[in-house]
Amino acid sequence: MQIDLQTIAIKPLRHTFDNIARRIGADKPATRYQEGTLDMQQEANYHYRPTWDPDHLIYDRARTVIKMADWYSFKDPRQFYYGAYTMARAKQQDTAEANFDFVESRGLAANLPEEVRDTVLKLLVPLRHVAWGSNMNNAAVCAYGYGTGFSQPHIYHSMDQLGIAQYLTRVGLLLGGVDVLDEAKTAWMEDDTWQGLRRFVEDSMVLKDPFELFVVQNVVLDGLLYPLVYETIIDDVLSAKGGTSVAMLTQFMTDWFAETKKWADATVKTAAAESDENKAILTKWITEWRDRAAAALVPVARIALGDRTDELVGEVVQQFNARMAKAGVAL
Amino acid sequence: MDMQVAKKKLGLKERYAVMTRGLDWKPSYQKMEDIYPYIAYEGIKIHDWDKWEDPFRLTMDAYWKYQSEKERKLYSVLDAYVQSNGHLNVTDARYLNTVKLFISGISPLEYVAHRGFAHAGRQFPGPGPRVACLMQSLDEIRHAQTQVHAVSNYNKYYNGMHDFHHAHDRVWFLSVPKSFFDDAITAGPFEFMVSIGFSFEYVLTNLLFVPFVSGAAYNGDMGTMTFGFSAQSDEARHMTLGLEVIKFILQQDPANVPIVQRWIDKWTWRGYRVLTLVAMMMDYMLPKRTMSWKEAWEVYFEQNGGALFKDLARYGIKMPDCAAQIALEKDHLSHQAWSTFYNYGAATNFHSWMPDEDEMAWLSAKYPNSFDKHYRPRYEFWREQAAKGNRFYNKTLPMLCQTCQIPLVFTEPGDPTKICYREVDYKEDKYHFCSDHCKKIFEDEPEKYVQAWLPVHQIYQGNCFPEGTDPTVEGFDPLAAVLKYYHLEHGRDNLDFEGSEDQKNFEAWHGQATKNI
Repeated sequence: MQIDLQTIAIKPLRHTFDNIARRIGADKPATRYQEGTLDMQQEANYHYRPTWDPDHLIYDRARTVIKMADWYSFKDPRQFYYGAYTMARAKQQDTAEANFDFVESRGLAANLPEEVRDTVLKLLVPLRHVAWGSNMNNAAVCAYGYGTGFSQPHIYHSMDQLGIAQYLTRVGLLLGGVDVLDEAKTAWMEDDTWQGLRRFVEDSMVLKDPFELFVVQNVVLDGLLYPLVYETIIDDVLSAKGGTSVAMLTQFMTDWFAETKKWADATVKTAAAESDENKAILTKWITEWRDRAAAALVPVARIALGDRTDELVGEVVQQFNARMAKAGVAL
Repeated sequence: MDMQVAKKKLGLKERYAVMTRGLDWKPSYQKMEDIYPYIAYEGIKIHDWDKWEDPFRLTMDAYWKYQSEKERKLYSVLDAYVQSNGHLNVTDARYLNTVKLFISGISPLEYVAHRGFAHAGRQFPGPGPRVACLMQSLDEIRHAQTQVHAVSNYNKYYNGMHDFHHAHDRVWFLSVPKSFFDDAITAGPFEFMVSIGFSFEYVLTNLLFVPFVSGAAYNGDMGTMTFGFSAQSDEARHMTLGLEVIKFILQQDPANVPIVQRWIDKWTWRGYRVLTLVAMMMDYMLPKRTMSWKEAWEVYFEQNGGALFKDLARYGIKMPDCAAQIALEKDHLSHQAWSTFYNYGAATNFHSWMPDEDEMAWLSAKYPNSFDKHYRPRYEFWREQAAKGNRFYNKTLPMLCQTCQIPLVFTEPGDPTKICYREVDYKEDKYHFCSDHCKKIFEDEPEKYVQAWLPVHQIYQGNCFPEGTDPTVEGFDPLAAVLKYYHLEHGRDNLDFEGSEDQKNFEAWHGQATKNI
């Protein structure tokens, strides 16, 4: 049985904005992602050049060496506009909150095996600084990238990384307290273990090409760091040692990486498929920065992996290579 | 029970500090000036970024939670509004022209604010202001998108909005708001914060954002009203950020005071000139008025702004000089603006019209010193002419101000019978200005303002015709070619409201929705 509620039907003059109709090929209803993304960035008749970068226009395709006939070829497979983005994150935040509550209310943090707790404090807490670096780098890509299709996901990514830095801070506070944060920062600044990674992050901060920065930060560094730390170390190694509750505290990061890598892959794939020149540039960037990132991550991984470090880092690199090959960049 | 030493419990402020500035470090592999390259050239001196007081303390988890709740509510209201043909509930179809002005003039600026705050949020060496700016960047893309989504439904039924991005980059009067934000984002990061964070978001927001949202609420536009109200708590955060920025810069070094004063003077005037569009919207375009432009200026600038500048006096900041001229113009601004748009109604993406008798009476009452004497006779003449079939459309191009890009239509301060012209010779060329204040802004940074993309100059240079146009053929109609370049449809998007397709459709649809015929 079907009930038939009626509304007054008025025939619309058009179904979407003209710029959307031109891009989707017809005047038909468009999604909120499309209307909130396509052509949002101004494209013509800029009035003044930036006093901070007089060699470029306000938004300038020439800030990167990657060439695209149309920068709106980049599409976010998650279809994130602000509303969809915040609602997705709020849901993950609910889970994260429930997980923190669960761990806290049952005293699970206090019952962690000493070895696991130590590893978490030494390995995980300094990573809040890496996330903070990523927050800055993604802000840069958002500010200097061309076209909302490419720039928009980076503001979400930037704030996600701030959120991750804050979750990691909470892990530190829960397992140790403020002193633990200070110790982790000292290690980040001074211990040999971290210097390769800190140098990598600081070197990325001076990159001027927004697409290279996207590759270095979101494709390469996160592409090795997240599988290594959150999948290999926390989900496998630490869980086996009685640290399952740690995996609860970092579930946000695990889920987040699984989601965001789809977008990163789609972006690499679109740029690589555009031209052989793009593909060559991407291959060069990814290869060089992958080798640096992998080398920088070895001493960090050793905190948790000991003798198995080289083997497991090697596996992560292999997986990463396979992922890139799938995205159209054979390394 | 475990005898663990009790953990030090963090206060809110300390907790927020470890969640933000505690994440930052002083780099050693790269130089500070390479990581933050744009921070020195404006001459602002910051000695201690740690003195920054966080204006609000929102961690990302809380941000996502609050914002998603607001988004969920907003989109359910928008969906209900669409389903119930809410557009037919607006006071009358003339109101829709306010929406056209908003989507093509203002919403694209929200987007520029998003990118500008991402830039500022990357470039400040202080972690406190960086986080605050990035959060605002994220809010601003929200505002740009919710506005597009709210107006999307109107676009389906009414003209003038169908290619608003394209219009914003090209249409003559839209270069006024566009050049304003281009000016801000091309300035250094500190000036950007003073221009947008302080002058625009703090000093002028009640005269820009608020009149549109209140106007929507008064005129039955639930879509616009809902995104406006939903953005209110974001705007409150942006205002506290704007104020904190100013206080922080001023407290850091006395040498910053004259620089900031020059910026406040400049941006108050620049902002005020953009508000010309709002003034005429308030006095002419809203079928149901909320308040007059003059009243709004008196309440929000002269009273509230006056109190603000009294508060800033302790830092050595004074009320901008331009306030005196603005006070002289408040009896005239909206009338001169509406007259101009009535003139150029063939080249706009919204309709213009002459106020009816009741509206003339309202204007007389609100502007007893100016309306009947200077503007009513002009309107009555135009109305008579229109009744005789001679609706006046001005098809010659006006001279534009090099700074604010508004045609030179404003009168001399204190003499509403004489058009105000100023000019400057710079290098080989002559530049024209609407006022002493725009002239001064140019003289302070001539190399910036000579770059301005002035729509009239561009039309005369042949840069505003569709590709392949030959302006030398006999019978060439420049206006028609320019409208094509703008993607405006002659006879549908432009001209008088009387007889427009919007007017006819609204009437027919309204009948369909309320009568049984």
